[in-house]
Amino acid sequence: MLLVILKRIAIAIPVILIVASITFFLVRMAPGGPFDAEKVVPPQVMKNLNAVYNLDAPLLVQYKDYMLNLVQGDFGPSFRYPGRSVTEMIFTGLPVTLELAFYAILFAMIIGGFAGILAAVKRNTVLDYIPMTIAMIGICMPTFLLGPLLVLFFGIHLELLPVSGWDSLSGDKILPSITLGAAYAAYIARLSRGGMLETLGQDYIRTARAKGLPEYQVILRHALQGGLVPVVSFLGPAIAGLIGGSFVVETIFQIPGLGRFYVEAAFNRDYTMILGTTIFFSALIIFFNLLSDIVVLLMNPRARSEA
Amino acid sequence: MNQQSSLWEDAWRRLLANKAAVGGGIILCILITLAILAPWIAPHSYSYQNLDLGAQPPSSIFLLGTDTLGRDLFSRILYGARVSLMVGFVATGVALVIGVSWGIIAGYFGGRVDSIMMRIVDVLYGLPFIIFIILLMVIFGRNIWLLFGAIGAVEWLTMARIVRGQVLTIKNQEYVLAAQAMGVSNFQMFRKHIFPNILGPIAVYATLTIPQVMLLEAFLSFLGLGIQPPMSSWGTLIRYGVESMEEYSWLLIYPGLTFTITLFALNFFGDGLRDALDPKISSD
Repeated sequence: MLLVILKRIAIAIPVILIVASITFFLVRMAPGGPFDAEKVVPPQVMKNLNAVYNLDAPLLVQYKDYMLNLVQGDFGPSFRYPGRSVTEMIFTGLPVTLELAFYAILFAMIIGGFAGILAAVKRNTVLDYIPMTIAMIGICMPTFLLGPLLVLFFGIHLELLPVSGWDSLSGDKILPSITLGAAYAAYIARLSRGGMLETLGQDYIRTARAKGLPEYQVILRHALQGGLVPVVSFLGPAIAGLIGGSFVVETIFQIPGLGRFYVEAAFNRDYTMILGTTIFFSALIIFFNLLSDIVVLLMNPRARSEA
Repeated sequence: MNQQSSLWEDAWRRLLANKAAVGGGIILCILITLAILAPWIAPHSYSYQNLDLGAQPPSSIFLLGTDTLGRDLFSRILYGARVSLMVGFVATGVALVIGVSWGIIAGYFGGRVDSIMMRIVDVLYGLPFIIFIILLMVIFGRNIWLLFGAIGAVEWLTMARIVRGQVLTIKNQEYVLAAQAMGVSNFQMFRKHIFPNILGPIAVYATLTIPQVMLLEAFLSFLGLGIQPPMSSWGTLIRYGVESMEEYSWLLIYPGLTFTITLFALNFFGDGLRDALDPKISSD
């Protein structure tokens, strides 16, 4: 068991390094330097700039230096904001993005889980159809449409909630969290409904009912454990999607998180920032996938003995 | 052969019995027709700017109003449908070709080939796909064909996994083992025994990939990294709509509505197709 987990970790580390290398060379293939868009600078200044940012060294030397720094957690300086390092920017933006993601997942699990369980228990009734139709809308409605519509309705029309910002006005975290979490609430609702339906059809549930347990106890004490397994294994990969969603949500709501930094870096051609965040996001996603693999492994005895 | 055609006939019957899927299919047909006929049925030019007619609310002349530059929104949505649907189909096609070949080869040969190929898929999964595409768009410029390729190049991963799983199951069934024992060549094996049996899941997953691809394109266009003006997709229309939604809400609402309805139709149709082709699931 421990061996399997160690093996997974042993695979994850080279994967991160390979991703970092590919990204490094891809970014270096980009036409033009990071300082091209500015006003024309004298050649000597350009030369000095290149020297400061280690761009005059041969590519392989640059690569070696970058990777050596990377292993020590140093993502290099930002091209766009002189004097700020990429590492510093990542750790400024990350807590904001994580907080946003946390509220979004919380919202998704509470609303989605409740709706899904209700739909499974009250199968083929109005209480099944209505939440499932809303879930379908939630899956189809893209984040970049839902966000503005919520802003339009609750922010501008009803003037109930702030339309942008983070930590500046009371209630300004509500709309971004709902916007980011909505699609996940919908997925979780569908997954938990499916999982619950399957579990409710099992023999041990029939046994529990035959024992004369009241229905709510059958659900809470017996069905829930098995029924929510698909939701747990969904959460790891969902992190990857959350990161993409954070790009949109942070852009719409002007939130100073890592997602908006990334989109800005893409526009500004801030290559070191793009490079650094890409590697960082990749490592984050690989880590969460690893985590959910391990949890699923621990939860499923059959997979455990096979592995 | 007879039995196989009746399998598809059965599936077709089940599909027709599913009202949501039929509705989705009809909406899709209408949309595709409108998109193809856009140059002939669009009431106005999609790119002609007339600032005197800027931001007109919907009226009998401009069915859905005009944008801030005086361009007819209805015509722009029609032309946007061409771009958005084309991205959906082309990029899915790219994903399909790569994913199916990858999955068949990995699943069929198994062993070391399989583990190396699937490890590569894992590595690519590790590269967060949205970032990967943004990276490509930044590095190589915002080119529509690159967009097709880039989206296709990330969406094949799940397809490869699904196909591989199917092939692994089929590979160990008696008729395949029998064919192997008789010395059927690898190519014949794919063509006659494996491919026809994974067609169902491929069709289903392809249909369900189209809305994902369209979402991805709209997402990139929304961020300003996808389709560039004067061309417009539904994603760019939504982007402009958001910019001016406070005063001119119709600029957000109509493109958004069109896009959502399309995604709805595609998902319902795909779900219906899945239920029709896999009766085991649909009985639930």
